[in-house]
Amino acid sequence: MTSDNDRRRGLLARLRERPAARSRGRRRLGAAVRLIAALMLAGGAYTVFAPGAQAQDNPQLTGAAAEGKALFDVSCVTCHGRNAQGVEGRGPSLIGVGAASVEFQVSSGRMPLARQEAQAHRKPPLFTDEQTRQLAQYIQELGGGPVVPDGDDLHEDGNIASGGELFRINCSQCHAFGGGGGALSSGKFAPSLRPATDRQIYAAMLSGPQNMPVFGDNQLRPEQKADIIAYIQETLKHDQDPGGFNLGRYGPSTEGLAIFLVGIVALVFASLWIAGKS
Amino acid sequence: MKRRKFDLAATPGKAAVGVDDRFAVATPLRKLLNKVFPDHWSFLLGEIALFSFVVLLLTGVFLTFFFEPAMTEVVYDGSYAPLQGTPMSAAYASSLDISFDVRGGLVMRQMHHWAALLFMAAIVVHMLRVFFTGAFRKPRETNWIIGSLLFWVGFLAGFTGYSLPDDGLSGTGLRIASAIMLSIPVIGSWVTSSVFGGEFPGTIIISRFFIAHVLLIPGLLVALISVHLGLVFKQKHTQWPGPGRTNNNVVGERMFPRYALKQGGFFMVVFGVIALMGGLFQINPIWLFGPYEAWVVSAASQPDWYVMFLDGSTRLMPAWEIPIPIGDGYVIPPLFWPTVVLPGILVGLSTMYPFLEARQLKDRKSHNLLERPRDAPARTAVGAMAVAFYVVLTLSGANDVIADKFQISLNAMTWAGRIGLLVVPPLAYYVTYRLCLGLQQHDREVLAHGVETGIIRRMPDGRFVEVHQPLSASNGHADGYGQLDYVGWVVPKKMNRLGALGPAIRGFFYPIEKPVEAPVSPGHPPVEARPEREEITSGESRR
Repeated sequence: MTSDNDRRRGLLARLRERPAARSRGRRRLGAAVRLIAALMLAGGAYTVFAPGAQAQDNPQLTGAAAEGKALFDVSCVTCHGRNAQGVEGRGPSLIGVGAASVEFQVSSGRMPLARQEAQAHRKPPLFTDEQTRQLAQYIQELGGGPVVPDGDDLHEDGNIASGGELFRINCSQCHAFGGGGGALSSGKFAPSLRPATDRQIYAAMLSGPQNMPVFGDNQLRPEQKADIIAYIQETLKHDQDPGGFNLGRYGPSTEGLAIFLVGIVALVFASLWIAGKS
Repeated sequence: MKRRKFDLAATPGKAAVGVDDRFAVATPLRKLLNKVFPDHWSFLLGEIALFSFVVLLLTGVFLTFFFEPAMTEVVYDGSYAPLQGTPMSAAYASSLDISFDVRGGLVMRQMHHWAALLFMAAIVVHMLRVFFTGAFRKPRETNWIIGSLLFWVGFLAGFTGYSLPDDGLSGTGLRIASAIMLSIPVIGSWVTSSVFGGEFPGTIIISRFFIAHVLLIPGLLVALISVHLGLVFKQKHTQWPGPGRTNNNVVGERMFPRYALKQGGFFMVVFGVIALMGGLFQINPIWLFGPYEAWVVSAASQPDWYVMFLDGSTRLMPAWEIPIPIGDGYVIPPLFWPTVVLPGILVGLSTMYPFLEARQLKDRKSHNLLERPRDAPARTAVGAMAVAFYVVLTLSGANDVIADKFQISLNAMTWAGRIGLLVVPPLAYYVTYRLCLGLQQHDREVLAHGVETGIIRRMPDGRFVEVHQPLSASNGHADGYGQLDYVGWVVPKKMNRLGALGPAIRGFFYPIEKPVEAPVSPGHPPVEARPEREEITSGESRR
């Protein structure tokens, strides 16, 4: 504390000691030049970094986005508000969430929401693929954000082995080892991956819907995302379960249930039978 | 040359005489072969555990031929494609090889695991039978203690067993085990580092667990099982009360030949059920869990069912830390209470129960006759309380799976478990106690007034009464019928139990003998009395 004060006093003293050599006119001119330069720098930096679309009052929407806006104004505006700016206590702002988020939420039927609860459930989608694309385009043009790459098959050259490792490290904590999903706190949950398409899994990783963390391209590179999708689609979904009926892949809890419901029940009947034969 | 006459029929007898001449085994063997087994089905539950232990030994020996209990790092190149090129421990790689590359390996592994679950399940069911019928009372307290120890040793066998494959799930279990050891005040860190040979996971734990799992624990199990069975032979079976059955005899079948043959068949049935389960139901898909890495923990990571109550008690325990400001300061972590103290109390209570009950009832007599659960309401209610406690803990051990699949909040599940653990057992006690009293009362009612016939008679004054069939002739009792004494066995509650609607049809799946034709009451052919059962003694008198 004291040393801080000393330093500050020293600095002020040094400034005061500075000799006033230049004339007042030159000093004023210099100040004006510096001010203009600073303003230009700030303005230039702003024009470079600020997104162009937001600078306009009435963004020019492309055809698809305009269609999307029409859909949005009918089905989404109640909760997400005018121009997707969000409504306090009802729905978040969608500026900057990107097309990936819209695609995930709408194509899996989670949006429009049936009711406000801990977490949205998967439902049959309300919009067609075409309409989903239009909505996504609208949100994309409003605020930008992550986009899912083109194509329906996003795991063509994915490596299953590395995908499995990445899945176990990044996904199995919540979605469980078999991809069947798991519970989170207070009624939230990680859903089953069984019905998810390539594009939905990719979009979920990019946008981090509900309680899922975002796995941006700097955390999981696009190749690694393809690996994970390959593991989910090729191994978890198409695994023939070499050991027989998989009991739902719920781990030891259903195995414990099975030994009582099948093993013990069968053997108690067997003992009734054997003891009855006397 | 004179042809010697060879009598095939006499060969076994001659051979037996030859053996007896040399070893003098006839007398002790006769005692053994004449051991009498009561023929109630509930006496076969313990055999399920015994037979699944035999299956465990057989399949386990097969697995040791291929399992490599080492934590050396190898790169997998077996036939399971999704793990090819993954670095893993030799133990996990060899478990994968057993599952995918050894012929019949997967079914053996699965049979071994199902047999382990069945072993523990049968122990618990057998224990419940012994408890609820009072078979643990003097003189059989020692056998009850050995039986309880068998559960806890089986628990250890299971834990060391499912830790061996070194997959993600077993590593998670080991991590929890190390945390439990660490939570013991003062000695925790020493215990952990001596078990794991340093910091978790170290490089030695699989080898140590292997030798415990295949040598030390099975040795202990075999020893305990031998003493358990030896005591059953020495002290003889208990039996249900009934005609001809007293506290000083055992009524049933001789061990040889019929009972032994039946047991041989029952072993085949147990083996068959385990083999079917091993072939039809996938258990512990280690290939999905991947090799164990400290940073990989899957959702729905549960222990096997018999350990799940400890997982549940841990999940229900509030996060109460007890700091002890001595020296640099110690902390008793909340984990210590549900995982070290609770099992300690449970071991103590379960082994000591016979003495606690005898002390409570001041009962010093020997009991060779069983009690029906309803006739000892306090004991039955205590048992129901213990079962409720265990079930609440076990369900809480799986509470995340239940919460997810039934769409319940996980927090709600945890609180339901906490409140349930305190509320459900006393409730179970009360309800069971009342049920027992109600059943007793009904028994006494039937003995006093007879069986309900279902015939309703209208009295001249307009009342309706149901006609009861009295069980004995009139002896001047108040309501005109004789009252029978309760002897501790099933009281007939329906008319066909009395033979009024024809003989009971014997047989399980189909009648052994077809009744001539459904006889019409009352003119049906008389039922022949069952031939009197002979009392079989093994030459030793029992006090």
